[in-house]
Amino acid sequence: MAKNTSTKNTAEWNYAASPESTSHIRLEKKYQLFINNEWVSPSSKKYFPSTNPASEEVLAEIAWANDVDVDKAVKAARKAYQEVWSKLSGAERGKYIYRIARMMQERAREFAVIESLDCGKPIRESRDVDVPLACNHFFYYAGWADKLEYAMPHKKPEALGVAGQIIPWNFPLLMAAWKIAPALAAGNTVVLKPAETTSLTALKLAEIIKDSGLPPGVVNIVTGYGDTGAAIVNHPDIDKIAFTGSTNVGKIIQRAIAGTHKKSTLELGGKSANIIFDDAPIDQAVEGIVNGIFFNQGHVCCAGSRLFVQENIAERVIHKLKSRMESLYVGDPLDKNTDIGAINSKEQLETIEKYIRIGKEEGAEIYQSQCAIPSKGYFCRPTLFTGVSQSHVIAQEEIFGPVLTIQTFRTVDEVIQKANNTPYGLAAGVWTDKGSRIFNLTTKLRAGVVWANTYNKFDPVSPFGGYKESGFGREGGVHGLGAYLK
Amino acid sequence: MNILKTYKIYIGGAFPRTESGRYYPITDSKGNTLANVCLSSRKDVRNAVVAARKAFGGWSEKTAFNRGQILYRIAEMLDGRKGQFIDELVLQGISKSKADKEFQQSVDRLVYYAGWADKYQQIASSVNPVSSSHFNFSALEPMGVIGIIAPQENSLLGLISLVIPAICGGNTVVVAASESHPLCSVTFAEVLHSSDVPGGVVNILTGKVAELAPALAAHMDVNALVSSDLGELQKPLALSCVENLKRRFTYMNSDQQGLNFVTDLQEVKTTWHPIESIGGATSSY
Repeated sequence: MAKNTSTKNTAEWNYAASPESTSHIRLEKKYQLFINNEWVSPSSKKYFPSTNPASEEVLAEIAWANDVDVDKAVKAARKAYQEVWSKLSGAERGKYIYRIARMMQERAREFAVIESLDCGKPIRESRDVDVPLACNHFFYYAGWADKLEYAMPHKKPEALGVAGQIIPWNFPLLMAAWKIAPALAAGNTVVLKPAETTSLTALKLAEIIKDSGLPPGVVNIVTGYGDTGAAIVNHPDIDKIAFTGSTNVGKIIQRAIAGTHKKSTLELGGKSANIIFDDAPIDQAVEGIVNGIFFNQGHVCCAGSRLFVQENIAERVIHKLKSRMESLYVGDPLDKNTDIGAINSKEQLETIEKYIRIGKEEGAEIYQSQCAIPSKGYFCRPTLFTGVSQSHVIAQEEIFGPVLTIQTFRTVDEVIQKANNTPYGLAAGVWTDKGSRIFNLTTKLRAGVVWANTYNKFDPVSPFGGYKESGFGREGGVHGLGAYLK
Repeated sequence: MNILKTYKIYIGGAFPRTESGRYYPITDSKGNTLANVCLSSRKDVRNAVVAARKAFGGWSEKTAFNRGQILYRIAEMLDGRKGQFIDELVLQGISKSKADKEFQQSVDRLVYYAGWADKYQQIASSVNPVSSSHFNFSALEPMGVIGIIAPQENSLLGLISLVIPAICGGNTVVVAASESHPLCSVTFAEVLHSSDVPGGVVNILTGKVAELAPALAAHMDVNALVSSDLGELQKPLALSCVENLKRRFTYMNSDQQGLNFVTDLQEVKTTWHPIESIGGATSSY
């Protein structure tokens, strides 16, 4: 395998610091639960800190909801469903959702800054990807609210009732939008729980929901840890669970609701293949590899974490990839020059470091960029492993960090087999100049999203979701409505 | 003297007896033995899943038009054996007029799904106008190997109502036939066998639901489990389905027909493809 140690790039990449201002954001010291359009202190009387993973400083104290609080939220949602939301016309529901979208756009920069502070992702990503996509998601689904009969052929669309929604920490606001917007458009009411490390943008969204005049109880936001999520999952008056997170927790949820009336959609883990053929435009492909695995510090369920490079170009691709990795800027998430921000939490950094250790122990060859990383906060250098085989743990398990495994292949059939040889099936990427080959692969790869000559693209109109153990149900597009209609 | 028929199971396009050597008797209302039917085992389930998985690639890659023709061919073959099926339905305890009706509905249902084979994709897929220079579309793909527990009553129509939409969409299936009324299911396997349906696409086992359903639910290479309401078995089956996140569909109206019986057993795949956008010439002139 390519033993290119000569890739060390000696160029200096020290830009002048260019941090985004935080002067215009409004953060409370303490956040309560958002139930019935009111800020309610938790009956547990407990709070937990939300910290900035880049500085380890506490940003705010967040209320920790227990069973009693969750019950209060579910009751508010049920009442709002029965008395108000289910009686409104689709057109009226749509107007509220449009209003939320517009108010989010007005405050977009504030949301982007808070997202980067709380989550650790680079401001360039929160500003240009997360927040605009979240706004657009509301805008898109707003327009469906009065057109549901076109969405499901031969079915009379009916809302499910109260949806319990549990979201992860990698795209906090965007995931809240993916959950709330289609649920409201389809006529459901919502109890949403953000991840414990990233509650802030969901709570800021609650401010907008209140300002928008959305009827009380239609959206309730309860913050907390896994026990809060379990209280939602196990509440008897919840009609539907929508979960995005790990496959492990997804299975716990499925077991908890087995034999009940609750419906579910799950968007879970992945170990997606990114496949480079020898006729691909190599420089573009290298950018695609970088975007596939290092976007959002690799905290992406559909990250292109298994790279398959055709054998005859492997040396060249890996050489260019290492060189490109050296130019990635790891550091302050609020700096506009930053490519890779902070790992979301100490726990996650430890998980990633554990897998890097396992990779070395398994005998794979590691390469990490030589960039400086801040002394404070949770950071991880962009990492790749060569000499990886299918049986390696690092090629099978989701690492959820900036760690790429590289394998090679010779034939199309071989790479299809290797790519599909996983219990996951969330996404895949294919890089080749040949159209007929693209469609051969895109149809044979068992994954819910396939990117040809691109990677990690998202859009409100584009259905997203997995095959096999990556979960079921789709979010986005017309197919996303199916998750919230009878 | 009549020649009594040996009712065997159907795996991978062959008619073996159960590997377990076990049987159970089927009697008419007067207690006369109609047949000794295979009491299939968990091992038979595993063999059938292997056969179904092997057949999946070829069946799912057949053209939709071809699958439609094969489904129509099943209808032709079924209709040609009208007398035999009606006799069996009557032997198993329903009136002649009910048997006539069930048989006719069964043939009609096959013709109905034969028509859907090359049409459901157009109804349920979409081109998605993304806000970037990409051509983005979502199309349906079959889930894979489907486990089916056929309803106990309407032993022919119920079987057809769950099996045919699954294979219409390119899936392959392993079916636990009606435990109490299994005769038609075996005869229907003979119809499939003579209908250009490749071996392994439909595998039919007779035996106890309480034994076969859990084996199907727990099998790691079964992608979805379909049945009518199975009462007390529902919860343990749902729990068994979790390990590989098997999709689970329970139809309260399992003798009905509709597009959703096809589309429920499909995955949605979204494909992104860049559109070259260099600027300069446009299509307007």
